[in-house]
Amino acid sequence: MSLEKDDVEKIAHLARLSIDDADVPGYVENLSNILRLVEQMAGVDTDDVVPMAHPIEASQRLREDEVTEVDQRERFQRLAPAVENGLYLVPKVIE
Amino acid sequence: MFEKTLSELSQALHAKKISSVELTQAYLDRIERLGEQSNSFITVTVEQALVQARAADQRIAAGEAGPLTGIPLAHKDIFCTDGVRTSCASRMLDNFIAPYDATVVERLAAAGMVMLGKTNMDEFAMGSSNETSYYGPVRNPWDPERVPGGSSGGSAAAVAARLTPAATGTDTGGSIRQPAALCGITGLKPTYGRVSRYGMIAFASSLDQAGPMTRSAEDAALLLQAMAGFDPRDSTSIDRPVPDYRASLEHSLAGLKIGLPREYFDQGLDAATAAVIEAALDQYRRLGAETVDISLPNSGLSVPAYYVIAPSECSSNLSRYDGVRFGYRCEAPRDLEDLYKRSRGEGFGAEVKRRIMVGTYALSAGYYDAYYIKAQKIRQLISADFRRAFEQVDVIMGPATPSTAFRLGEKTDDPVSMYLSDIYTIAVNLAGLPGMSIPAGFVDGLPVGLQLIGGYFQEARLLNVAHQYQQVTDWHRRAPGEA
Repeated sequence: MSLEKDDVEKIAHLARLSIDDADVPGYVENLSNILRLVEQMAGVDTDDVVPMAHPIEASQRLREDEVTEVDQRERFQRLAPAVENGLYLVPKVIE
Repeated sequence: MFEKTLSELSQALHAKKISSVELTQAYLDRIERLGEQSNSFITVTVEQALVQARAADQRIAAGEAGPLTGIPLAHKDIFCTDGVRTSCASRMLDNFIAPYDATVVERLAAAGMVMLGKTNMDEFAMGSSNETSYYGPVRNPWDPERVPGGSSGGSAAAVAARLTPAATGTDTGGSIRQPAALCGITGLKPTYGRVSRYGMIAFASSLDQAGPMTRSAEDAALLLQAMAGFDPRDSTSIDRPVPDYRASLEHSLAGLKIGLPREYFDQGLDAATAAVIEAALDQYRRLGAETVDISLPNSGLSVPAYYVIAPSECSSNLSRYDGVRFGYRCEAPRDLEDLYKRSRGEGFGAEVKRRIMVGTYALSAGYYDAYYIKAQKIRQLISADFRRAFEQVDVIMGPATPSTAFRLGEKTDDPVSMYLSDIYTIAVNLAGLPGMSIPAGFVDGLPVGLQLIGGYFQEARLLNVAHQYQQVTDWHRRAPGEA
């Protein structure tokens, strides 16, 4: 599998990553090489194999539905680039 | 003093031959004097360390100390540390002061250990050479022109250079064992779920696991004892008793069956490294163990499967870095999409972006079955290989890496060649098994690591097997010369 410039630009958009134009050819080459490595899997017959999602086949643990955390909004929001009145600020979305 | 093991330091502290403040200050001075040579620390927490050391001395005086109380250690900068920058070696988190402690950090602090600082690493633990760090590469203490391995390269180099008696690391595809091998130290990746991942910044959640990086197996046993155990805050933590890891260290290896996978001794293995591994296996035979040739037929597929599964999980985990709630935000965003794209584009380094894009592609519509599901099926085959092998043998041994430490810059232009340096470690993560690397000798002055792989939750057995070897060899006591 070889990717083209357009493919890399589309993937970068899906991943919400800005990529400098000058870096695109490098990504085209690197990502194509990685996909070629990965495609060694294609030759293996896995028709009857159950996919393994997790190394220890455990079911999701559930707990009682009760409050275990205290409100630390102010503490956590001190880490944010921009907040106002307890809200995170982003550029205007709705005109 | 810098050659003392954790148990020797513990004895000295309890006998009041040295105080924790004196010991901590000595290590801080040593980091100040030599730390820049290897660039193994991102942050040194001088004041906090001395506060913790004073508290440890009080505990010792009051007779309330445990075996690790007062002993310094360093944490990989992937573990959240309350009030201390936790960067994951990324520009994205350069300004991130963690608001809570990881469970591993909390448990080791509760044991009375003193944090010297946070060690350098590959950005978001993505790399095998510590060259993807935003804070610059770590240099191997055995040869400053060579890499220490990665991603826990700062932890490995700091332990090797005697800048800390012990460190924590994490291992997603070999990130404890490979740098331990290349720096000549002892590193243990426990069974998936044995050590809590809470507060450990996520890379690939079905593979990530934390473990000790030390100078001996006995030290690793001491540290793992304090790290391991059930944590309700990690949904994949295993609720299972933690054995006494030191209790079985002295067990005899007579009759131990060691499996040697032929795929780990093929043409990809450097001949000089192979000779060191063979000599280590001879030592095990002299200790009464028996070696058995085995096969892990699908192990060649571990790197391809890993480079679908790990990037897929990474692309999902790293979607949280959006420039809104914490971390890096770009200057003057035009709109919300520009804010996301430029914050992420400027905040992440090239390797992280590559992996996010590979994962995004593998999980995108039309490709999911061909890549992600296929990789999970291969993962099942790899895991089944190990299950079959452990019906025959007690432990598996082989090289931890195909060769000794490579030169800085040697593989940075070719990600695939970098990925292949983890060819002997990745399968263990895919299966979720415990694995270790211990020093087994040198090639041209560079350390070689012997890898030990055990069955699920067989950490005590691995530590026993490693300790017995370290009783009859001194490779683990060799120290790099001070430049």
